[in-house]
Amino acid sequence: MGPHHPATHGVLRLVLELDGETIINVTPHIGQLHRGIEKIAESMNYQKVIPLTDRLDYTAASLNNLGYCMTVEKLLGIDVPKRAQYIRVIMSELARIMGHHLWLGSHALDIGAMTVVFYAFRDREMIMNINEEASGYRLTPSYVRIGGIARDITPDFITLVRDFVKWFPKAVEGYHTLLTNNIIWRKRTMSIGVISGDEALDLGITGPSLRGSGIAYDVRKTSPYCSYDDFDFKVPVGKTGDVYDRYLVRMEEFRQSLNIIDQAIENLPEGPVKADNPWVSNPDIDDVLDDIGALIRRFKIQCEGPRVPAGEVYHAIEGSKGELGFYLVGDGSNIPYRLKIRSPCYYLTGALPRLLKGHMIADVIAIIGSIDIVLGEIDR
Amino acid sequence: MDNAHILSRIKTRFPAAVLEEKESCGDLHITVEKESFPDLMRFLRDDDQLSFTLLSDIAGVDYNSRTPRFALVYILFSCNENHRLQVIRNVEDGEEIPSVSAIWKSADWAEREIFDLLGIVFSDHPDLRRILTWDNFEGHPLRKDYPLLGKDFDTTFDPDTIIVDKV
Repeated sequence: MGPHHPATHGVLRLVLELDGETIINVTPHIGQLHRGIEKIAESMNYQKVIPLTDRLDYTAASLNNLGYCMTVEKLLGIDVPKRAQYIRVIMSELARIMGHHLWLGSHALDIGAMTVVFYAFRDREMIMNINEEASGYRLTPSYVRIGGIARDITPDFITLVRDFVKWFPKAVEGYHTLLTNNIIWRKRTMSIGVISGDEALDLGITGPSLRGSGIAYDVRKTSPYCSYDDFDFKVPVGKTGDVYDRYLVRMEEFRQSLNIIDQAIENLPEGPVKADNPWVSNPDIDDVLDDIGALIRRFKIQCEGPRVPAGEVYHAIEGSKGELGFYLVGDGSNIPYRLKIRSPCYYLTGALPRLLKGHMIADVIAIIGSIDIVLGEIDR
Repeated sequence: MDNAHILSRIKTRFPAAVLEEKESCGDLHITVEKESFPDLMRFLRDDDQLSFTLLSDIAGVDYNSRTPRFALVYILFSCNENHRLQVIRNVEDGEEIPSVSAIWKSADWAEREIFDLLGIVFSDHPDLRRILTWDNFEGHPLRKDYPLLGKDFDTTFDPDTIIVDKV
């Protein structure tokens, strides 16, 4: 199956060994989108790596930016102002909703429910407009920067986010009406791809796919970063660990993410959006026009990037697919010595043989959709 | 458990295993020695107080000019206890490392990736094949002596030699 099967969400090739229509063994072949991002990152400075991270999980790009920038900040030992943290939370939760939109649309389309994808992409468009208002880009914003964010938000941004928060609960209701009690949907997804929590953890499955099996592991709760402990939200978990439970978990995450965005936009603190560190944060463009020192600093930061002390650090955030981690080795220069990306989708694909064995060919599509993989992140 | 407790628990069971310990940015990094490595890893998973049930990732680093040349960093997390640990195992060039895929199944693909990109061989691995590059690919791209543009990149290419139809 694959690499160009429409249901494999990228270029994933699966060699299926069959007994009639039952699957007895599966061998996934990945790497067809391998661009060597980890190798390229060893050749460019810390600033220039940010756009590369956009291309990992391109359905939820802001989350990758956030993970990478927080890792560098952890090694630099700098703190980010509260306002920037709240804006980062808004952007990353919007990215999570965007990622889940793509999952919902394509998962339902694969199983045969055509209509859902149109509604999902209609609402995804609203988030893309918000991204564009904030950063100028729709899909790959690179909005989160080392030491803060690229620039402060505009009043239009706040209006767009508020409109979205007001509109979106109705849209989620709509998705539920289309699928949750749909008899065909339930028959295709219930008791398919069942995995227990302990086994899922052993296979390295994290994120919504693990929570569908009943383990409430969410990095936002276990080790809160970026002021996530200021917000009141729940971590939805499933019971049986089948495709339907993973579906319900993600559907509830739409609501919880929206809840966080609502709290963040209403309690947005005033203040600066960049860390108070002259060798990391870009000076504002207004200062650059009057002050030669600011001009030189802006030039140096843009061309050379910050110098990061020698050391090793691992930082994980909750990506839209699971624990997204970056292991960074710095050697005191302005270029990363080694950047290892812990991609949640890589381990989800590694678990595919276990999930697929014993099922029918038609269930392959349902199971691949339910673990929500993005090949850009697997192959790196 | 906090970092000091984790360290003392490991040291009670394996007094000589930890060669070096370091706390950076709030995370505990321990460098462990060769002999007790497989037993130590199993202990980290099975011990009821440590219970590192999730092997998040294995990061391989090539310190080109150093001996031992490579380092493998096992990033562990415990969902029950909510603590993290990085176990560093130094690797000589050409040395074989015992696989931990029998302890954590997620190590299967993590070790295949390291074998592919860094060329470190794992003994007792169930299926050690290249994963991100193709089967007859030569070299290991993440080694520091591997050129960024690849080995077969033609730097002498002359664009004037392209034949273009003149319209």
